[in-house]
Amino acid sequence: MKNLTLTALALAIVVPSAPTWASDMPEDTSGRKDALTVWGVQFEELEYRYSDDDEELGVWNGDAFYGTDDLKFRWLGKGEYAIEEQAYEQLENQLLVQTPISDFFDAKAGVRIDTPEGPDRTYAVLGVAGLAPYWFEVDASLYVSDEGDTSAEFDAEYELLLTNHLILTAGLDATVAFSEDREIGLGKGLSSTETGLRLSYDLIDRTFSPYIGVVHERKYGDTADFAKAEGGGTEDWFAVIGARVGF
Amino acid sequence: MKKVLWAGALGLLMPVIAAAGEYNITVDRVMIDTGDFVKEGIGYNGASPGPVLRFKEGETAKINVTNNLDEATSIHWHGLILPFEQDGVPGISFPGIPAGETFTYEFPVVQSGTYWFHSHSGFQEPNGAYGAIVIEPEGREPFRYNREYVIQLTDKHPHDANRIMRNLKKMPDYYNRKQQTVGDFFSDMSNHGFMTTLQDRLAWGDMRMMKADVEDVQGFTGLINGKGPDQNWTGLFEPGERIRLRFINSSAMAYFDIRIPGLEMTVVQADGNNVQPVTVDEFRIGVAETYDVIVRPKTAEAYTIFAESMGRSGYARATLAPEEGMEGAVPDLREAPLLTMADMGGMHGMDHGSMDMSDSSDMSDMDHSSMESMDHSAMEMEDSEQPGSDMESMDNSGMAGMDHSSMIMPEGGASDPFYAEGSGLVPVAANGGKFLSYADLRAQKPLYEEREPTREIELRLTGNMERYTWSINGVKYEDAEPLKLQYGERVRFKFVNETMMTHPMHLHGMWSILDVGAGQWNPVKHTVSVQPGTTVYMETEVDAPGQWAFHCHLSYHAASGMFRKVVVEGGPDQGNTVGIKAEQDGGDA
Repeated sequence: MKNLTLTALALAIVVPSAPTWASDMPEDTSGRKDALTVWGVQFEELEYRYSDDDEELGVWNGDAFYGTDDLKFRWLGKGEYAIEEQAYEQLENQLLVQTPISDFFDAKAGVRIDTPEGPDRTYAVLGVAGLAPYWFEVDASLYVSDEGDTSAEFDAEYELLLTNHLILTAGLDATVAFSEDREIGLGKGLSSTETGLRLSYDLIDRTFSPYIGVVHERKYGDTADFAKAEGGGTEDWFAVIGARVGF
Repeated sequence: MKKVLWAGALGLLMPVIAAAGEYNITVDRVMIDTGDFVKEGIGYNGASPGPVLRFKEGETAKINVTNNLDEATSIHWHGLILPFEQDGVPGISFPGIPAGETFTYEFPVVQSGTYWFHSHSGFQEPNGAYGAIVIEPEGREPFRYNREYVIQLTDKHPHDANRIMRNLKKMPDYYNRKQQTVGDFFSDMSNHGFMTTLQDRLAWGDMRMMKADVEDVQGFTGLINGKGPDQNWTGLFEPGERIRLRFINSSAMAYFDIRIPGLEMTVVQADGNNVQPVTVDEFRIGVAETYDVIVRPKTAEAYTIFAESMGRSGYARATLAPEEGMEGAVPDLREAPLLTMADMGGMHGMDHGSMDMSDSSDMSDMDHSSMESMDHSAMEMEDSEQPGSDMESMDNSGMAGMDHSSMIMPEGGASDPFYAEGSGLVPVAANGGKFLSYADLRAQKPLYEEREPTREIELRLTGNMERYTWSINGVKYEDAEPLKLQYGERVRFKFVNETMMTHPMHLHGMWSILDVGAGQWNPVKHTVSVQPGTTVYMETEVDAPGQWAFHCHLSYHAASGMFRKVVVEGGPDQGNTVGIKAEQDGGDA
């Protein structure tokens, strides 16, 4: 009997206070419960190129992002500026959203806007980027232009650590067109490749890494014919000097 | 058990009449000079580390914390048993201390030993907001000493912690300058042959994992009591004295292997709780752990306290000497360890790579790739209920099955039941002597009556190194529901480390009784290190109502998701009312 009264008493005390107890608990409104947002800016290539035809180019390949693990906004920019002609041989900007699709790969989608010397193009972009087995950084994109032409670009990169600061980077970039876009000199099939070998040294953390290297550019098939018809070359060797810069 | 509860309840009431240990602490922007670089950071009372707070068991601690920063702050009393509102985790215990305000912490001191405190807000702790706590026991201690020093370690980095987090997210190997190079390939080739070396590199490359992934954040300067190796913090002694050294690892990321060449160390306490004395030549201190050791230098010479980081990318150094200015020899850093496939043993549940590791439940199914026998050894570990007692049987049993032809293994074959069999991380004493293992730890006096756990909770420690995401059971804190425990239960936690990094797991508010296979003599800790590819058990008497943090104590792992809120449901509510009062007194809530 005594026990019962005690239990009832205990219940009487506990029950009404239970809801208050729950609502008194702080909610985690500290930033920790929010997804971590991160940003970064990197120029994988920021370089001066000198070709075997005495052509001089300023070239960049940049990347900036902002976002969380699940969703990133990304800008990718590539440019080739012919110093003597004072003209952009290539000027390409992509605005993308990116989300993980597997442990090592992200899918990305967005637009690419090309505004070089000559005709402009706007493309829809769909791609994947990530780390393949054996440490190959790969990036593949599919483009559909406002003219209705489709093309694809494949990019792979491998870093060989000569030491922990002296790094040899090999890169391959290939473009394949599924339809011809004569106006911008793009023929059907494998149209061009760019192969590069750069030896860099991490001078300040991974923020500033100067490098020297060689780059080989080649055009194939109809693309090469179009270039020849316009009096251009189909193959170039460049000596490059530049720096990888990242913040 | 009931008795224990009553004693606990009484313990909560008693300190009201006891004398108070009162401190005023200001949280300030400070300059931290490591000798290698000077960096702005956060400190207490104008310095980093902050003061050593001394309390006596049984008294009431009262600490007025004034926030002089332009952002919110908090102080967590690491390892202290107290009402949850006093635990100092913003968003879990209390709202935090806004800029410019003073918050008064007030709680009974119900334990003794060596502990520490640190900010639990943002990255203030790795930026310097930490200090030591020493609690004198009510009764006699089971060991004697003539003098004592706090030896508080940290891994001070020249980069601000927010920048480090961002760099790791951008590029997980940003700070890793211990990666294998072309030169290492050739030297492995000359030792093991071309095919073995190539297969080794291909096996790791296939997984997209790095053997050298031992320390994420390199480039730090190890500090002892705020002093860099060149500034050489010095503790004085008279020859023949017993000196108690209270080691605290307040690092953001670095584990340290600690030795004092020329002196044996008798470990008498771990994480604030006395252990049966064990004499060692060297020990590894995980992030957030504490170890108290007693040393007895007999001659009037200088002894170097040498603390090498586990990945050998940095070190801290201090000196024990009969007079100021004396120096002992400073050893060279030993070679950096490399992970082995054994350390990857826990990864069989993951999707990574194309290795046939998925079906680990039936080993006969597995193809005879180079991974198979390693998995086998990792599984032995998991199956072992009492790792401590299994040392003999594990010794090299798995090694025989290993396919040496396609794998480069470390030499020596040192083993420790708390590391995966064949792990590259097993520590070895520099002088070839005794290296402390968790398996050596025995409680001096059991804190709780031994009883069967009421249930087991499996916590898989998970992550993706390439994305630098860390999680528990594959879920990051931002997406996780709280872990619910019932007041009065005894929970057996099963940690399964599926990553290739070591995780020091810290449960707030309640003790972590580490299962070393010693039953009631299992040591009582607040932080439990779980090595890659291993399974570790700990038990917790759920005797603290409220809500608590539970996380990996590596700053950048906790911040990127290896964190949980624990809610203890039920239980007496006096703890809460005490807290609510304190909250009203303190901040503006």
